[in-house]
Amino acid sequence: MGLAKRIIPCLDVDAGRVVKGVQFVDIRDAGDPVEVARRYDEQGADEITFLDITASSDQRETMVHVVEQVAGEVFIPLTVGGGIREVADIRRMLNAGADKVGINTAAVFNPEFVREAAERFGSQCIVVAIDAKQVSAPGEALRWEIFTHGGRKPTGIDAIEWAQRMVDYGAGEILLTSMDRDGTRDGFDLALTRSISEAVNVPVIASGGVGNLDHLVDGILEGRADAVLAASIFHFGEFTVGDAKRHMAERGIEVRL
Amino acid sequence: MASIAIIDYGMGNLHSIAKAFEHVAGKDRVLVTSEHAAIRAADRVVFPGVGAMRDCMAELQRSGLDQLILETARSKPMLGVCLGMQALLDASEENRGTDCLGIIPGQVLRFPADLKEAGSDTRLKIPHMGWNQVEQQQPHPLWRGIPSGSRFYFVHSYYAAPRENAYVAATTPYGIEFASVIERDNVFAVQFHPEKSQHEGLALLSNFVGWDGEP
Repeated sequence: MGLAKRIIPCLDVDAGRVVKGVQFVDIRDAGDPVEVARRYDEQGADEITFLDITASSDQRETMVHVVEQVAGEVFIPLTVGGGIREVADIRRMLNAGADKVGINTAAVFNPEFVREAAERFGSQCIVVAIDAKQVSAPGEALRWEIFTHGGRKPTGIDAIEWAQRMVDYGAGEILLTSMDRDGTRDGFDLALTRSISEAVNVPVIASGGVGNLDHLVDGILEGRADAVLAASIFHFGEFTVGDAKRHMAERGIEVRL
Repeated sequence: MASIAIIDYGMGNLHSIAKAFEHVAGKDRVLVTSEHAAIRAADRVVFPGVGAMRDCMAELQRSGLDQLILETARSKPMLGVCLGMQALLDASEENRGTDCLGIIPGQVLRFPADLKEAGSDTRLKIPHMGWNQVEQQQPHPLWRGIPSGSRFYFVHSYYAAPRENAYVAATTPYGIEFASVIERDNVFAVQFHPEKSQHEGLALLSNFVGWDGEP
C-alpha cells in the first residue's frame, strides 16, 4: 500500500465553455466547466486539468472566472494549461484557485521562463507539458522530438533530453502527450512514456490516445506513468472515473477508491 | 462568532485553503491576514505555507510573525499545513540547513535520492506527489469521522522527523514511514493539503473548526 496512481480528466475550455462535447446523460449543461468539474469530482477524479484553448486574448479572463468558481466548490487539485506565457499569467491562475499551471509552448521558446516560474512559485505548481512525436524511421532506434502548435511544428529538440532539462530548470511534474496518438483512441505511446518516466525523477502524467480502460492500465504498468490523463472516454459517458479506478484496482494498481 | 485566522506571510497561494474553510465554517468566519492584532483576536489560527524553508523563516522573522506563532502555539488551537507544519520543528535540512520555530522537537529531512518502494526495487519519485494513506497512530479529536488509512493529497520533498513518537499523530508510507501528522497539546500539523483532499480533507478542517484545543 502507499501512493495511489492518479486519474486526471482533462477539459478543453474555449471562452469559458467546455468543448469536444461532454455527453453525460444526466447533466444539465454539458458546456459548463463548473458543472462538469463537479461531476468528475463526485466520480472520484484525483485531479482535474483545464486546457484553455481560447484563441482571442480579450476572452482570456473568462478562464480565471472558471477557475475561481470551480475552486470554490471542488476540493481536489486543479491544473490550468494553455496560454501560460509569463509570470503574471501564473500568478493570476494561482490567485484564482489553481494549484498548478501547465507551461507548454512558452517553455520551448523561452526555457528560462520555467526556471523563473519555479523559483517564484515553487516547483510543486509548475507542470511542463511536452508534446512529442516519433521521428525515428521504422527499424531505427526509437527517437521522439518536441513539436509545437498542436503537433504541426517540429523543433528538432529531443524529447528525453528536453524532459530532463525541464526538470533541471525546476519542473515539478511532466505532462507528456504523444502527438502521434492524441485523438486516435489507440492507447498511449508506451515506449515514449516509459522512456521519459525512467529518465526523470519527477512524476510523469501520460496523455494522448486513451480509448479504453486497459489503455489506462498499460500506461501505468508498461509506461511507468505516475498518473494518466484522459478526456473523451470520460466525456462521452462511456466510463466514469470510478469505473476506471475499479478496473485499475482489479489489475493490481493502487488507486484512491 | 468564533473566527479562524489564516496567516498570510507571502508563502504561497492561500486561496484554496481559505475557500475550503469558508466551505466548512461559513464565509464570515474566515480571515486571511498578516495583521498581528487580527491573528491575536482570532479563536483559532491556521499556519499554511508552500515554498522554501529559508524564505519562509526569513519572512516570519521580518514580519515578527514568528513570535506570534510561538505565542499562538501556547494559547489556542493551531493547524499547521505543509511548510507550516515543517516550520514547527527545530530545524530543516532545506537550503543547507535552516533553523525553524522549535515548537515540536525534531528535524525536517529530505527524502533520499535513491528512495525505493518498501520490499521492492521500484524507484520512488520526488516530490512525493499525490494521494497517499494516513495511518493514525493515536486517537485525536481531529480524526473524528475519518477512518485510519484514508488518503490525502501530498506534494513535498522534505518530511518531518520528530524526536519522539509521542508527537506523531499519523504516519504515511513512502519508501520509509514518515510522520505525516504531528501534534502537541493545542497544535496539530499536517504535511498533506486538507484543502485539496476532498471529503476527508474537509472533514479534518471541520473538526479543527470545532476543536477546543484539548488533545
